[in-house]
Amino acid sequence: MTPRLVRIELPAHLRTLAGVGREVTLEMKGAITQRSVVDALEARYPMLRGTIRDQVTQQRRPFLRFFACEQDLSHEPPDAPLPDAVVSGTEPLIILGAIAGG
Amino acid sequence: MSKVRVLVGTHKGAFVLSSDGKRKNWDVKGPFFGGWEMYHLKGSPADPNRLYASQTNGWFGQLIQRSNDGGETWEPVGNKFAYDGVAGTHQWYDGTPHPWEFKRVWHLEPSLTDPDTVYAGVEDAALFRSTDGGQSWQELSGLRKHGTGPRWQPGAGGMCLHTILLDPSNAGRMYIAISAAGAFRTNDGGTTWQPINRGLHSQYIPDPNAEVGHCVHHITMHPSRPEVLFMQKHWDVMRSDNAGDTWQEVSGNLPTDFGFAIDVHAHEPETLYVVPIKSDSEHYPIDGKLRVYRSRAGGNEWEPLTKGLPQRDCYVNVLRDAMSVDSLDECGVYFGTTGGQVYCSADAGDSWAPIARDLPAVFSVEVQTLP
Repeated sequence: MTPRLVRIELPAHLRTLAGVGREVTLEMKGAITQRSVVDALEARYPMLRGTIRDQVTQQRRPFLRFFACEQDLSHEPPDAPLPDAVVSGTEPLIILGAIAGG
Repeated sequence: MSKVRVLVGTHKGAFVLSSDGKRKNWDVKGPFFGGWEMYHLKGSPADPNRLYASQTNGWFGQLIQRSNDGGETWEPVGNKFAYDGVAGTHQWYDGTPHPWEFKRVWHLEPSLTDPDTVYAGVEDAALFRSTDGGQSWQELSGLRKHGTGPRWQPGAGGMCLHTILLDPSNAGRMYIAISAAGAFRTNDGGTTWQPINRGLHSQYIPDPNAEVGHCVHHITMHPSRPEVLFMQKHWDVMRSDNAGDTWQEVSGNLPTDFGFAIDVHAHEPETLYVVPIKSDSEHYPIDGKLRVYRSRAGGNEWEPLTKGLPQRDCYVNVLRDAMSVDSLDECGVYFGTTGGQVYCSADAGDSWAPIARDLPAVFSVEVQTLP
């Protein structure tokens, strides 16, 4: 299977933690889903483990959401395929932090 | 000449404050981990350049940071805190059962002898240990499972294990405290535990003399006499002379015995420091006067220390882990406030001066005395 280049946009604190810019690109094979993208992201940047989803429950953290192609994908099943535009690298998967707090 | 390094955890990052033994001129480095809640930082007694830090926030959860060079650089280490087995339930605020859920690390206590061994006190209350420098964590579940756990209840700040004391004369003995459950002791390195709350009296719980349920705010000891413990409870300053088997009140002439922080002079095991706070519903000093109280008699008789501290219009709090002492010949005493000030006394509390005035709210202050 041809590897695909998947783009992921990270919130500011996670960029700092991983030492990356606004967007990272991951080379992935196989199904491109929320789960597989976060798996690949954590494998490439181990310091992000536990920051996007709980390490024990694997649940998305409640103050984070997944967006792509102007759609909120947060409540889609984690193994559902991501939109074609994300799979093709045309659009990024956006991991967005809630606008909240002090 | 000896030096001191002060590790400050705040609501929006960590700071490292350094000075020589005079403690007059300070170098302030930070913020490290800007924007994150830094609940606690502490150095290893066995290797002072090995530091551990608890980094957390509501969006991204818990991280543990480690430094091998005294805080110049940091690296994230393990942050998987999985309760052992079925987590079970504790009491919720209304007395109903509520599942145990990991939220954050309140306190990190490095081993006295091994830089790679460190204990973590977490919310919801449990004790974890790492023996590989923080890479992996295992729960010492004998504490949570010894029997009283289902009766533990959160305090206003959450159900946190906030105090860990290691006995320097007995490697198997350790004390911990939980809000609002009480104090507990192990004599076998954390395998088995017993509540040590006899003598505590808390009018705000159904049975004021209950075995567990007391909102212990902090405990401290002097390393030369580890069987003598001093406690700041929600209300009441307490003392035990038998490793926690029994406690007696030593609030004495304090203007209020509510508070959070308590510490012991580095060279005088009967000299204590507390910061009285007006009440559980008004978390600031009485009359807008920030006063540390010192007892040179192990409690009961207290004197206010005010020189250099604001004596009007001051309405800050001093949280439970936000006081510490150095071990220079003339003991230095340090505390941080929710108003972002860090104060130092280089003369055992007689006079005070701010090291920093405008940090974010201070959660924790730990001091290292360096050669």
